Amino acid sequence: MTAPRSAFDLAAAVRAGETRALDVLGGYLAAIDAGDAEIHAFNLVTADAARDAAMAIDQKVAAGEDPGLLAGVPVALKDNMCTRGVPTTCSSRILDGWHPPYDATVVTRLREAGAIVVGKTNMDEFAMGSSTENSAFGPTRNPNDTSRVPGGSSGGSAAAVAAGFTPVALGSDTGGSIRQPAALCGVVGMKPTYGTVSRYGLVAFASSLDQIGPFATTVADAALVFEVIGGHDPADSTSLDRPAPRVLSVLDEGIQGMTVGVLSEYLDGVDADVVARTRQAAEACAAAGARVEEISVPEVRLGLSAYYLIAPAEASSNLARYDGVRFGLRVDAEDTTAMNTATRSAGFGAEVKRRIMLGTYALSAGYKDAYYDQALRVRTKIIEGFDRAYRRCDVLLGPTAPSTAFSIGAKSSNPMSMYLSDVCTIPSNLAGHPAISIPFGTGDDGLPIGVQLLAPALAENTLLRAAAVIEAAANSMNGRGR
Amino acid sequence: MSDGWVMVIGLEVHCELKTTSKLFCGCPNEFGDEPNTNICPVCLGLPGSLPVLNQNAVELAMAIGTALHCDIRPSTFHRKNYFYPDQAKDYQISQYDEPINVNGWLELPDGFRVGIERAHMEEDTGKTTHVGTTGRIHGADHSLVDYNRSGVPLVEIVSAPDIRTSAQARAYVTELRSVLIATNASDGKMEEGSMRVDANVSVRRSDDDPFGTRCEIKNLNSVRSVGRAIDYEAERQIALIESGDKVIQQTRHWDEDAGKTQTLRSKEDAYDYRYFLEPDLVPLVPDASWKGAVADALGMMPAERRARLAELLQEAGAGTAARTEQIATVVDLGLDDLVVEAIAGGVPAALALARTANEAATDADAARKLDPVPYVTLLAMEAAGTLSATQSKAVLAELLAAGGGDPAVIARMKGFEAMSDNTLSVTVAEAIEANPEEWARYCAGEEKLAQVFIGQVMKVTRGQANGKAVMAELQRLRG
Amino acid sequence: MAGAPRLTRDDVAHVAALARLDLTDEELELFTGQLAEVLDHAADIAQLDLTDVPPTAHAMAVTNVLRPDTLTPTLDRDEVLAAAPSVEDHRFRVPRILGEAP
Repeated sequence: MTAPRSAFDLAAAVRAGETRALDVLGGYLAAIDAGDAEIHAFNLVTADAARDAAMAIDQKVAAGEDPGLLAGVPVALKDNMCTRGVPTTCSSRILDGWHPPYDATVVTRLREAGAIVVGKTNMDEFAMGSSTENSAFGPTRNPNDTSRVPGGSSGGSAAAVAAGFTPVALGSDTGGSIRQPAALCGVVGMKPTYGTVSRYGLVAFASSLDQIGPFATTVADAALVFEVIGGHDPADSTSLDRPAPRVLSVLDEGIQGMTVGVLSEYLDGVDADVVARTRQAAEACAAAGARVEEISVPEVRLGLSAYYLIAPAEASSNLARYDGVRFGLRVDAEDTTAMNTATRSAGFGAEVKRRIMLGTYALSAGYKDAYYDQALRVRTKIIEGFDRAYRRCDVLLGPTAPSTAFSIGAKSSNPMSMYLSDVCTIPSNLAGHPAISIPFGTGDDGLPIGVQLLAPALAENTLLRAAAVIEAAANSMNGRGR
Repeated sequence: MSDGWVMVIGLEVHCELKTTSKLFCGCPNEFGDEPNTNICPVCLGLPGSLPVLNQNAVELAMAIGTALHCDIRPSTFHRKNYFYPDQAKDYQISQYDEPINVNGWLELPDGFRVGIERAHMEEDTGKTTHVGTTGRIHGADHSLVDYNRSGVPLVEIVSAPDIRTSAQARAYVTELRSVLIATNASDGKMEEGSMRVDANVSVRRSDDDPFGTRCEIKNLNSVRSVGRAIDYEAERQIALIESGDKVIQQTRHWDEDAGKTQTLRSKEDAYDYRYFLEPDLVPLVPDASWKGAVADALGMMPAERRARLAELLQEAGAGTAARTEQIATVVDLGLDDLVVEAIAGGVPAALALARTANEAATDADAARKLDPVPYVTLLAMEAAGTLSATQSKAVLAELLAAGGGDPAVIARMKGFEAMSDNTLSVTVAEAIEANPEEWARYCAGEEKLAQVFIGQVMKVTRGQANGKAVMAELQRLRG
Repeated sequence: MAGAPRLTRDDVAHVAALARLDLTDEELELFTGQLAEVLDHAADIAQLDLTDVPPTAHAMAVTNVLRPDTLTPTLDRDEVLAAAPSVEDHRFRVPRILGEAP
């Protein structure tokens, strides 16, 4: 594992002509070659296409053209983002052999900014899971301890960045699928405000909750990638019609005078070492001049139940199209209904089937009022609870995940225990708010712990300023410096 | 209809909107293209694709709502979930409990008003072809799907159960079709499927009884089938009840060839569509100024246009009662402007209406494209006695076939008589003298006012004048 | 939910059919228990009286997102059909269909 250079520094060096994009790429591809057989962060490495793209960047630099903000920066994409002509599997057998005929908006934006796509990363099938064990292609391992899971569902992207396979990666976060694996792998992971990053070309899990965001080794890199991928996209009706985010310039502004609320509900049922690190992070905020207070938002306790009705409901509809008619897997049968059924039964893994059935049930006649509609009302209550907290606080602080990375297989036979991994991340998705996980020391087992910052809708500036403070504190605690 | 029974009919009409692109993507909304050429990730339901609503489709839906006197409301889209191969996403995006248009009415030519419960937007499906001996779904070996139609914008117009006879149902469909054409929302081509009708039919002993159990009949692809299917279905239900059976609520398929309705499914098979709000789309909230702009852009609807003609005939003392059918015909064919122009040009109202409804209507497409000036000139010649009715009809046929021309020249070529140029210039000069204000305006460029002088000359010469010659003389005098 | 009957095997079988999933007896048994556990957990929200609380389907309140009625490029038919499991006569081929759309 090479000492990671930041995307920020890499792009600067490539833009200045000090480093060739092709050489940068070569180093990362070598790391993937050496390490990914064990980690299995990638479903697919597109080395040839990456080399072509890197050479094109070098030519631009040589020609004196602007190669973009992420010039020559290798990036890994979660395998639920459509890439034209390149397999996009969602780690599912049902998308076996499918080559999308189009690029996701985020992919286009990364390419336009000069980033080099090196491959597609492993994930829980259709982003349903918290361990990346629910993959048709086998689990991803945590680079910090290969007997452990990397978290999920964007476990491949988190592991790729943690293992130094790429400096940055994209994931998608529906209930914590960026932040939880970031915490378990010891990297930065950010879920932006719903609507700030286009979902066009992101294979949908739960449309009203899904949001794409970056993994990085530093808060500044996460901010840089967010600037590149963010901003209005007319192809996504839920994309907010606002100027592209500009967050890098505020990272050094500190949090003097801000109020940081430690979210007390997030400390319940969480391992003691995780609570201790969270409290240390709060102290770091206080030391940086913020007012720190404990605050209660009781409504967030309802998040898990609401989420496990809303997300499966939307998923049951979003995943109906995998029917064996137009693309992907088909298992032949006598008639179309039987063909649909045989295809879906063979193509989907157990967790996907569970969620489709749960969602179908939550929407079905006689139950929709009590389950789905009720969950939407809970969503309103959670937003109200956060709004109340944000009248007092600028940001909220809590742990990202209840524990450090657990062992592979530890929770795979008990869905409910797996679902509880997301208890601290889900409320932000239900509210549409931004949140970020920042590595903050290790637990009793020596594995990374992530602390989470939450902010109101569109308050990414505040969120990232506070994140930079916590990052600095973590670095000085680790004796690394920045 | 059997004695002692009355029908209750409600109609659901699906209308394809005449937009350039589809409802949620930029693919062409085009009928009859090569299969699977007008498709993209959105209308093919590919993973990761997202819908974005077509503004023109919304405005056409609002235009339909305005024309049908509906309340235009804030609205939302839902997903209607069901598996079917022609449904690309295996759900249909449709307005459900919050449709854009509610509570309107449609006035039939006889003045009867049919309530409109709602007119909502939704997307069309792809088209399935069944391969096998029959070409029908039953007995097919396999099926083929073309997604060109997938995502084409539809408005579904749901009437109240106000219709009482099959004739009234036919009149409703005919009138609605005219309204849809008049709003520019649809081409009204039932044979191409751009208008599709489902009928809800029940019977009862008298209008005071509660509604009977209804059946929904699908696949009504012409005004004629609407009438036939309703009559058949009502008789079927009456026969059932009279023989002591009960009508079972079900969906039935109209078989045009057999002239029968057949069971598709019963209410017990009601599918659980699991409707929920489409998370990929946001609510539509038209404000007053948007609604106003749509209403302002709307032309006259058929009912208003019929009223306009009726009024003109009334003023001319040509009793309207006998003319109702002719008025309906010219309005339905979009030829009413010709009648209005002719009356304005001095042609007697009854003649203008009759020639348009009877002769011009035989080639309505050509008549709609016809320049009104020669048409009015011709009718004026007939009114003045320059041409006999037979001669006039012959000239008109020529005008329509040629797409225009000078009626006087055509008349001369056909050997019909016309007056000398000398007499003509005197008469034209007199007409100008009698209408100095119109002459000034004509000289200032109001070309339409030529009709005043042509009309005047025709009147004085009792139709002997050649319209084109009068026109030439007018232009010469104007300089 | 309060007083709601616990999810049964038949419920799961019904839902699986709606979702076009074929479950083995073993799966049916397993899923019934697992889904019931999730729904039991959801009892905390099903019990709440939220009749006066409006539902939130979209976290961000946006309205009237529209696109102009203009054409955008269509997909290459050969590319699309090459990705299809079965094709005939430039159309997507499916086995026989059992009935009209519901």
